Amino acid sequence: MKINKQLVFNLSLAFLLFFVIHFLMSNRIISAYYQLNIYLLFINIIMATSLNLVNGFLGQLHLGHAGFMAVGAYVSAAMTTKMDLPFLPAVITGSIAAGIVGLLIGYPIFRSGRLGGDYLAIATLGFGEIVRIIFVNTQYVGGASGLSGIPRYTNWPILFFLTVATVLLIRNFINSSHGRAVLSIREDEIAAETMGINLTKYKLMAFSIAAFFAGLAGTLYAHYFFIISPNTFNFLKSVDYLVMAVLGGLGSITGSIIAASGLTIISALLQDFGALRMVAYSMILVIIMIFRPSGLMGTKEFKLSFLEEKERR
Amino acid sequence: MKNALLFYGVYNRKGVSMDIFIQQVINGLSLGSIYALIALGYTMVYGIIKLINFAHGEIYMIGAYIGFFAITSMGLGFIPALIIAMIGCAILGMAIEKIAYKPLRKSTRIAVLITAIGVSLFLQYTTVFFLRPEPRIFPKILTDGRFNIFGLKAYITYQQLTIFIVTILLVVLLQYIVHFTKTGKAMRAVAFDKDAATLMGINTNNIISITFAIGSALAGAAGVMVGVYYSAINPLMGIMPGLKAFVAAVLGGIGIIPGAFTGGMIMGVIEAMVSGYGNSLYRDAVAFLILIIILIFKPTGLFGKSEREKV
Repeated sequence: MKINKQLVFNLSLAFLLFFVIHFLMSNRIISAYYQLNIYLLFINIIMATSLNLVNGFLGQLHLGHAGFMAVGAYVSAAMTTKMDLPFLPAVITGSIAAGIVGLLIGYPIFRSGRLGGDYLAIATLGFGEIVRIIFVNTQYVGGASGLSGIPRYTNWPILFFLTVATVLLIRNFINSSHGRAVLSIREDEIAAETMGINLTKYKLMAFSIAAFFAGLAGTLYAHYFFIISPNTFNFLKSVDYLVMAVLGGLGSITGSIIAASGLTIISALLQDFGALRMVAYSMILVIIMIFRPSGLMGTKEFKLSFLEEKERR
Repeated sequence: MKNALLFYGVYNRKGVSMDIFIQQVINGLSLGSIYALIALGYTMVYGIIKLINFAHGEIYMIGAYIGFFAITSMGLGFIPALIIAMIGCAILGMAIEKIAYKPLRKSTRIAVLITAIGVSLFLQYTTVFFLRPEPRIFPKILTDGRFNIFGLKAYITYQQLTIFIVTILLVVLLQYIVHFTKTGKAMRAVAFDKDAATLMGINTNNIISITFAIGSALAGAAGVMVGVYYSAINPLMGIMPGLKAFVAAVLGGIGIIPGAFTGGMIMGVIEAMVSGYGNSLYRDAVAFLILIIILIFKPTGLFGKSEREKV
């Protein structure tokens, strides 16, 4: 990891935020409702940044991110609730399960060349629905009424550090040589292939890493909200994350964080306007694509200019 | 999903006799006709601008609503309602293309796909907002009745017969337009090579508009017929049939008109068989299983030829 002033600044800002919120929460200055939304906000940050890895950095449309979240949530919740296992193995297994499902779904699609990219949108959309149907029909995890009585293991420090770790890992992945290969696929598939980049391998890599982190967000979600039901993870949930990734900028991690935070707050305020909220979201998608196709931040990252190091060329 | 209930047909019995099998085939073919009509629109639009028009399922839903209002508030019969829905959907399709897709002609693929998802959600939720999310009962416009076929205990209802006849007429008309008119020739030229077609003096933008209009009109017809067949419509009814019709188009080979028709019919029959003999709860999952299988074994679809990608 390249350590520069910007990173040190961001991390110290994050820790400051951590202690401020920790202080406010432990002294019950923030009400339970706001606390819930803060937890949701951090889970959404994990979801939006990981989705951005596929939609923004790889340049393929992924519409079933909530499906992977469901896999992580259900696998981990079944482990802690039904098998009485501790939290850590449940989190690891849940995330890995989502990653493996990502590999299984991604392989046939990415293997079939350029057409596959177009079909990914449909296949992931369908995948999200299938996951929902499977959990509705599985009585072991509660069927349609959902799995309840999940122990609340997700606490503020765990959630915060896992969110920061996710963002850092995705950032480092993008800056690694593998990440550069992924970026080159977005820019021009044919050119990337000519340069010897294995398209299937790198598409699959980005996709399953995103699935892994969605699974992680799912495990954290399940162990905070006590109850999960298949309908929590429907298509509209995937659309929420898509709007976050698009609004923040396809290819900007800080953009995703800002958009995830902003939209979580806005949708908490708009809770009573279900249909209108979706009308607004859909218009945001269309208008942004027409007037600013790369999202508000584009591929830029949020930086403070006084911290900028002279670029070496 | 709420609209899942819509697709419970008459096929919920279990058994293995010949009668029931024939009955499943008939039910499957009438469901397949609906998928085929929607799939034709997908395949035409994909063939001409390489775009998965996610809003296509919503055009089908709006078609059902136009038909519903034409019958209930204007007191029209089946055929006039069908024609009004087709015209309404054609205009809607062209409007969507002009407003949302045309400004993005030169953008990246993902930008256009995200716009398509946006348009689709927009149509769904404006309908939910203005027309309420509750399902509406589609009026019984065709007389009830059924034919006995081959002396078996399998029946074909008047509704199913109407769906077959209308679908076949529309597909024949479409084939005529595509293969024997000047517009159709221009459409094939644009699909083959857009730049070359432009150089030959074809107004590409007009042809793309016409393609959207024709595809949307077919979806509108499918919407009205689904209303007649299942007698209930709701604002989210377009999602699942839209996705399945897309899979049908992929199954037949995307961009190929006879492929979309065959794919739709196959999808319909498979779905009827799964609900008839298996678990009807997995009906929706089967479509995506088919998609994965096609992608593994023959990504170009049944009628497709593989092409090498060119720079």
